[in-house]
Amino acid sequence: MIISIASGKGGTGKTTVAVNLALSLENNVQYLDCDVEEPNGHIFIKPEFQPPITVGTPIPEVDKSKCSYCGKCGEICQYNAILVIKNNVLVFPELCHSCAGCWLVCPEDAISPIERELGIIEQGNNGGVEFIHGKLRIGEAMSPPLIRKVKEKIDPAKTVIIDAPPGTSCPVIESIKKSDFILLVTEPTPFGLNDLKLAVEMVRSLKLKLGVIINRSDVGNDEVRDYCAEENIPILMEIKNDRKIAEAYSRGVPLVALYPEYRAKFQTLYHDIERRAGA
Amino acid sequence: MKEIVIISGKGGTGKTTITAAFAALAKNKVMADCDVDAADLHLILSPDIQHEEDFYSGKTAFIRENDCTDCGKCLEVCQFAAISPDFIVDPVACEGCGVCVYFCPVDAIDFNENLSGSWFISNTRFGTMVHARLGIAEENSGKLVTLVRRQAKLLAEKQNADYIIVDGAPGIGCPVISSITGANAVLVVTEPTLSGRHDLERVVSLAAGHFQIHTFVCVNKYDLNAEMTDQIEGYCQENNIGFVGKIPYDTIVTDAMVQAKTIIEFSDGVIAKEIGIMWEKINRSI
Repeated sequence: MIISIASGKGGTGKTTVAVNLALSLENNVQYLDCDVEEPNGHIFIKPEFQPPITVGTPIPEVDKSKCSYCGKCGEICQYNAILVIKNNVLVFPELCHSCAGCWLVCPEDAISPIERELGIIEQGNNGGVEFIHGKLRIGEAMSPPLIRKVKEKIDPAKTVIIDAPPGTSCPVIESIKKSDFILLVTEPTPFGLNDLKLAVEMVRSLKLKLGVIINRSDVGNDEVRDYCAEENIPILMEIKNDRKIAEAYSRGVPLVALYPEYRAKFQTLYHDIERRAGA
Repeated sequence: MKEIVIISGKGGTGKTTITAAFAALAKNKVMADCDVDAADLHLILSPDIQHEEDFYSGKTAFIRENDCTDCGKCLEVCQFAAISPDFIVDPVACEGCGVCVYFCPVDAIDFNENLSGSWFISNTRFGTMVHARLGIAEENSGKLVTLVRRQAKLLAEKQNADYIIVDGAPGIGCPVISSITGANAVLVVTEPTLSGRHDLERVVSLAAGHFQIHTFVCVNKYDLNAEMTDQIEGYCQENNIGFVGKIPYDTIVTDAMVQAKTIIEFSDGVIAKEIGIMWEKINRSI
């Protein structure tokens, strides 16, 4: 089973939920941190990493001795990543989406793919949790191709927990698609509610099952609960606003290490998800 | 005219709260919300929309079943696994590259522009604001960010504004890069946690390192872990990053948000004062 933790608004507690769910299940768990721009799961899971693997994406390289400057590559490219100007070809690697159009279309066979570095993937274990994350190279704009590479590591024999990036656009969709269940973590504030609504619409557009977790559940107002009731969205867990939890988080101490009784709560949450995902 | 972008690396550290406070503090400015896929600034600034425009961006392939001969060429050339074995394009997976359209031997694939969202020019009690809404599950948030910033700049020039105050997105990828390139200054709002510090270093490497933008840092909820706050301050000193302030944890920040008010309007307590000092420090250094 693949469970993705997403949120719309950042900083609501995605990583807290993902980490503590993984630690409460103990065995046969795979944790994929798909927030490749700002991955934080490793701070709490503390895996022993194997050496990193550099991953790239194919971009064009032009052999000018073969090029006839016909301009077909520039015509097919939707991203302005390759341009023919008179007797010159310009490639803008950072704009390339690796669609292969230019090297497929080139009649002179003058274009071949080379790699642009996207970032690294690191993998390691701690106890029964297999941990994998991607780290986007500083200055790289496109995270979805790196997220795809992280997701290639999915082991279907395990319970897979995906820690998604915040927001509702392409990196989030890449992270959560093909999941069996989506947990949306929110807080009961106007910002939390606004971004939860966007996240719910996104999950529904992907036709995936979802549930909500309310973090810092005793701040703000009741509008998130009212919204979930109206929309028939189950609230699967609430975590109170507790300064001790926030302080432990600041030091990289997981919630289940601070309050061991949360382990049973996360196990119940897992069984609840299992039942809902199967239904 | 100075453009100041508020970003964070890690999400949920208080970007929008600080942006809204700056909107209340700065004189003669235009606001822009560049967190287009989870925009929240409008919840505090209550914009009155004056102008709305559709945002078209990117294209999606659509295979016309009646014209398709099931030859399989499109499946072969698609790099994004967006075409099913029975020749239906998954619009979410489609990257809009048009390679299938080009190679289809019978021209059976349509390739139309997507309506990806909309953008707005609004009046607020603090002045003009440009903002946007990205459609659900849409791509190209970077392009929409660029458009919002360009419109804000045009308006600021027309109004002879002194500042553009930009609410940025979390992370270090496409929307963040689009919101900070060419800005006069970046303020990173972080929190005193291991995660906050880890993410701060990555976003500072992007803004100050990669793009060489004048970068400032402040710590929100600093008293959650005073030792970590000191470490962050030390990191900033070592790397010549202007450390402009630390804001204590207080639930009145949430209370102000619930009332749709900036913290400056809501209270004249220590948080409002600290943010006022931060604004002055940034203002003086740029």
